Amino acid sequence: MSVPVPWAELRRFTSARVALGRAGHGLPTAAHLDFQEAHARARDAVHSALDLDALEAALGQPAIRVASQAADRRTYLLRPDLGRRLRQADRARLPPTPGAFLFVLADGLCAIGVQQQAPALIAAARPLLEAAGLALASIVIASQARVALGDEIGEAMGAAMVAVLIGERPGLSATDSLGLYLTLGPKRGRTDAERNCISNIRPGGLAPEAAAEKLLWLAGAARRLGATGVALKDEQPNAPRLAP
Amino acid sequence: MGFAHAVGGTRYLFPDLRTLLARATPLRSGDVLAGLAAETAQERVAAQRALADLPLRHFLNEAVISYEADEVTRLILDRHDAAAFAPVAHLTVGGFRDWLLAAEPAALAALRPGLTPEMAAGVSKIMRLQDLVAVAARCRVTSRFRNTLGLPGRLSIRLQPNDPVDDPRGVAAAILDGLLLGAGDAVIGVNPATDNLETTLRLLDLLDAVRDRYAIPTQSCVLAHVTTSLLAMERGAPVDLVFQSIGGTEGVNRSFGVSLALLREAREAALALGRGTVGTDCMYFETGQGSALSAEAHHGCDQQTLEARAYAVAREFSPLLVNSVVGFIGPEYLFDGKQITRAGLEDHFCGKLLGLPMGVDVCYTNHAEADQDDMDALLTLLGVAGVTYVMGVPGADDVMLAYQSTSFHDGLYLRAALGRKPAPEFEEWMERMGIEAASGAGRLPLAPALIGLG
Repeated sequence: MSVPVPWAELRRFTSARVALGRAGHGLPTAAHLDFQEAHARARDAVHSALDLDALEAALGQPAIRVASQAADRRTYLLRPDLGRRLRQADRARLPPTPGAFLFVLADGLCAIGVQQQAPALIAAARPLLEAAGLALASIVIASQARVALGDEIGEAMGAAMVAVLIGERPGLSATDSLGLYLTLGPKRGRTDAERNCISNIRPGGLAPEAAAEKLLWLAGAARRLGATGVALKDEQPNAPRLAP
Repeated sequence: MGFAHAVGGTRYLFPDLRTLLARATPLRSGDVLAGLAAETAQERVAAQRALADLPLRHFLNEAVISYEADEVTRLILDRHDAAAFAPVAHLTVGGFRDWLLAAEPAALAALRPGLTPEMAAGVSKIMRLQDLVAVAARCRVTSRFRNTLGLPGRLSIRLQPNDPVDDPRGVAAAILDGLLLGAGDAVIGVNPATDNLETTLRLLDLLDAVRDRYAIPTQSCVLAHVTTSLLAMERGAPVDLVFQSIGGTEGVNRSFGVSLALLREAREAALALGRGTVGTDCMYFETGQGSALSAEAHHGCDQQTLEARAYAVAREFSPLLVNSVVGFIGPEYLFDGKQITRAGLEDHFCGKLLGLPMGVDVCYTNHAEADQDDMDALLTLLGVAGVTYVMGVPGADDVMLAYQSTSFHDGLYLRAALGRKPAPEFEEWMERMGIEAASGAGRLPLAPALIGLG
């Protein structure tokens, strides 16, 4: 028999799994299965794949489809180095667009995030970036991709800046979160210290419009400073809004 | 000089000690990623046989990373105590395994200053899980600050009340939940969401106030970078334990932004505060296999040998707590439950053998091939091995770090299954407050309003 939790009121102060009750020393059945369900959702999310046709339709324009050298999900998880390298045959499909601003959509550790959040983010960001005088390159969608794959893609196209929109590692509470990594002068060998990140873009997290404004601010600051990464501190005025 | 052994008609050659250690290591993804693992099962066992035949004193003559290039190597060799080493100086690595399996606690304790981490790592590579459990269970290590950790028959819990935005009420609610479920005797330790001085100061004040209001005989810690803790101490903040992530090479420590000199400075600053009541062990270190490769500072060494070298760094500073965060790093270093389980027991064994108050964060991420069953198995094995402490996270779900660790309930389970009690001072406090008796309905033994949860 599980017993009632005399401190259930603690739940209103936190999203953590407090005041779960006890069955002996263990979890009551409902709390145990709640956890199992959340983990199952996260596990399936890791193995989710991009629906490329649906993604192009949501973007409202065709995209260039490429893949990393990680042939499948297991290889992707075991060999992060292969997820950072472009499949050889795909290099020729990347049109040179020197000086352009490039979006790369990458599945990362969870395709759901990019599938669901990337179209709205790009729709919000495109007019802002174009109004700031940036020329946008064709969108690239990359499968089995790590963040650094954007360096090789950007280098091949001669892009001035690349924004990699990538699915974030799923947690028990969110499996639809998108991260954005901005890199000035993309080329192979760039490190994570040379990127700026906007994370937790999802319903309940950062709204796509707020993320787009932050991206615009970062891109402008990167052009003025001639650098992204640790040298570029996020000093955007007005804190970003949370999504409703 | 090199090493060789024949298995199945093939003679396998290993050019140096670090290669021999790497090839002898039970399979794990991080060593494969680094290109250091044995290519076949037979090559692995050939390396294990060659390692078993190696005289233990060879480890004093061949460093896996050169003395000149690395301050961790210098620390290891400069601190080696030849007199303490004498009882095993005549043994091979294989003979040392046999010696360990028959050794009494007093002999194991006396040996500590005579062992290098590479010796501990080396012998662990030819031990099965039951060997790692059996020997660790006879390594007695106690440490003290406001209570006494590591006594026989005890199991302590770090209460880990993390909050995604460092909301003080969220942290306080998780602390109260944990205290009511018997957690917190190892430390009440928060990972801040951002490594920011103001946040750290606010959290330090909160933790100290909670400890003070409920008069809990335990210690608190905000797991910020050591330089942030130094600044906090300069500002007069109530710092009990100084935390830092460390690794087994000078290079990985540099990637963490620390050096031995900086750790020494931080320890001296914390000692000067004199906040411990029953002891002065005031450092808290976290480690984990794979960090050196991740920082490209592994020097061709396997990840478990480097993990053991991190324990040489830890023991230099008489820590209250050390734990490996074994499953946090991800599947490219430890792929599945089997690899995480073995690594957790290796880390606990090596840490205890070298004299550390060793805990383990029994944990996994959602992209690893692991689940709660794997964690239950590792937790139970570690309990039998006498682990000093494990983590306590509400419902096993860390909502800030987005990984799964052990829950307050897991701590209750393990104590009950193995007949373990909390640290004696904390146990007495729980009895005084009526915490276990109040686990049914009724009035709370700890008033939420006292810590701002009105």
